[in-house]
Amino acid sequence: MAKESLSINEVRDMMLAVADKIIEAEPILTDADRALGDGDHGVGMERGMNAVKEALAGQEFPTVGKVFMGVGMAMMSSMGGASGALYGTLFRAGGKAIGDATTLTGKELAVILKEGTEGVMARGEAKPGDKTMVDALFPASEKASEVADLPISEALVAVAAAAAAGRDASEGMIATKGRAKTLGENSLGKPDAGAVSVAIIMATMSDYASA
Amino acid sequence: MKKLINDPLKVADELVEGLVDAYNGECQYVGTRSIIRTHIPENKVALLVGGGSGHEPIYHGLVGRNLADGAACGDIFAAPPPNIVLEATEAVNRGKGVLYLYGNYAGDVMNFDIGAELADDEGIDVRTVLIWDDVCSAPPTQKQNRRGIAGLVPIVKIAGAASQSVTTLAELEAVAKKAVLQTRSVGVSMAPGSIPATGKPTFDIDPDMIGLGMGIHGEPGVGEIPMAPADELTPRMLNYIFEDFENDDEVEALAAGDEVLIFVNSLGATTMMELLIALRAAKKCLTEKGIKIYDVMVGPLVTCQEMSGVSFSITRMDDELKKYWEMPCQSVCFSKMEGRYGG
Repeated sequence: MAKESLSINEVRDMMLAVADKIIEAEPILTDADRALGDGDHGVGMERGMNAVKEALAGQEFPTVGKVFMGVGMAMMSSMGGASGALYGTLFRAGGKAIGDATTLTGKELAVILKEGTEGVMARGEAKPGDKTMVDALFPASEKASEVADLPISEALVAVAAAAAAGRDASEGMIATKGRAKTLGENSLGKPDAGAVSVAIIMATMSDYASA
Repeated sequence: MKKLINDPLKVADELVEGLVDAYNGECQYVGTRSIIRTHIPENKVALLVGGGSGHEPIYHGLVGRNLADGAACGDIFAAPPPNIVLEATEAVNRGKGVLYLYGNYAGDVMNFDIGAELADDEGIDVRTVLIWDDVCSAPPTQKQNRRGIAGLVPIVKIAGAASQSVTTLAELEAVAKKAVLQTRSVGVSMAPGSIPATGKPTFDIDPDMIGLGMGIHGEPGVGEIPMAPADELTPRMLNYIFEDFENDDEVEALAAGDEVLIFVNSLGATTMMELLIALRAAKKCLTEKGIKIYDVMVGPLVTCQEMSGVSFSITRMDDELKKYWEMPCQSVCFSKMEGRYGG
């Protein structure tokens, strides 16, 4: 049965599931980044998600936004470098934008992804097509706006599919920003590691809401 | 490469602890990984520097008397995260605002910008001046894409002295901006440094070749050229600086009668012997153009472990910059008496 909304504690547990999944995916992210970047994305995300677990496990939050802001702050503080700043911005800007909402519905999801994606694009000066995490985030955000009136579980299924399609599309892009920009056409044929991790985050959120 | 370290993952923390020990009470460790001066006067406009560790004695070694009030220290070759920037900002703020002055790298800019936003949430006034002196990293019309390299030492020296005298953050920002605008650098890399945690080289290069304009982490520059004698390489390198002053609409070309501060920096393994031979060649080159050497800095101040290479930085001086340059300063990275050599 479709789930209309998630409570604050469910959102917290969903993000804990995301943390476990990303930690588990460390070798995949490392391989993806080794092909195009300096190979530190997997270890960085693992470090960030371990910090997320520490910040979230067993904690009570007053709003859904505070859960996401906690995720952002934990990633930002523990990862360092550009990806810490970008993931931190994604979750902090997204969480801040939904104010004092105490449930996560399709509407809040759309706002989180819109504001979070815009924050990442501004901070990283990246646009869709640059072969970065934006290439999974931007289509996910567009889709979230379209399906904002659906129950959260169904909205997340659609959003996760859009993020995965974006990740796949990044294979055909030539990097102009970020980790792979000096590779030029040699960056063709492989997905961006940041887009891979965004797709995993969205898929895990969707799996949690549908379970 | 043999490295005298302990846990490779704790290198940055332990080196900052050691730096605090080197200051013997003059500076202290704050928060997650920052160093600040122990006595920062009330109502002082504060100067904060920072960046990745592993390039010692910069950036954190520039905290000191008449220099920076604090430094936010990142992990090895990585930007300090925003919480560290915020902790350092809170620790140096004396109610008159904080100037962030650091090298223009994407990771640093993102993290310092978030730090500034967090500081703003707390009502701390922050302004930022980026250092982008590496002329080989982008043309003068794209300074936003330029890296900050050795020129940061004279720039921070001048801004640190100014921070003692000014009464507003805007005044300090203006002096720092002027020092940045008048400072240009060019470097060559002869051999890579190594990453302390893994022992791996920071980049690969043919033993017979050198990277002209290559960045301090091995970022691409103008290209690889065969190794050459000091007297051939030096004018070729300085020419990039002369051309840059000439092609940049924001500054006058360097001309006969101009007075400059010249800084010859080693990236780590290049010896003082080599730096002095390069300085000799640089002096000849400047003198031929009628450019006067106002003062000289020489030494390994902006490094990348045991990387081999040299950079030249030139700062064109005016009366205001001279006034701040001539103030004495003291830190682990750079100290000088009042005045100047030959003054």
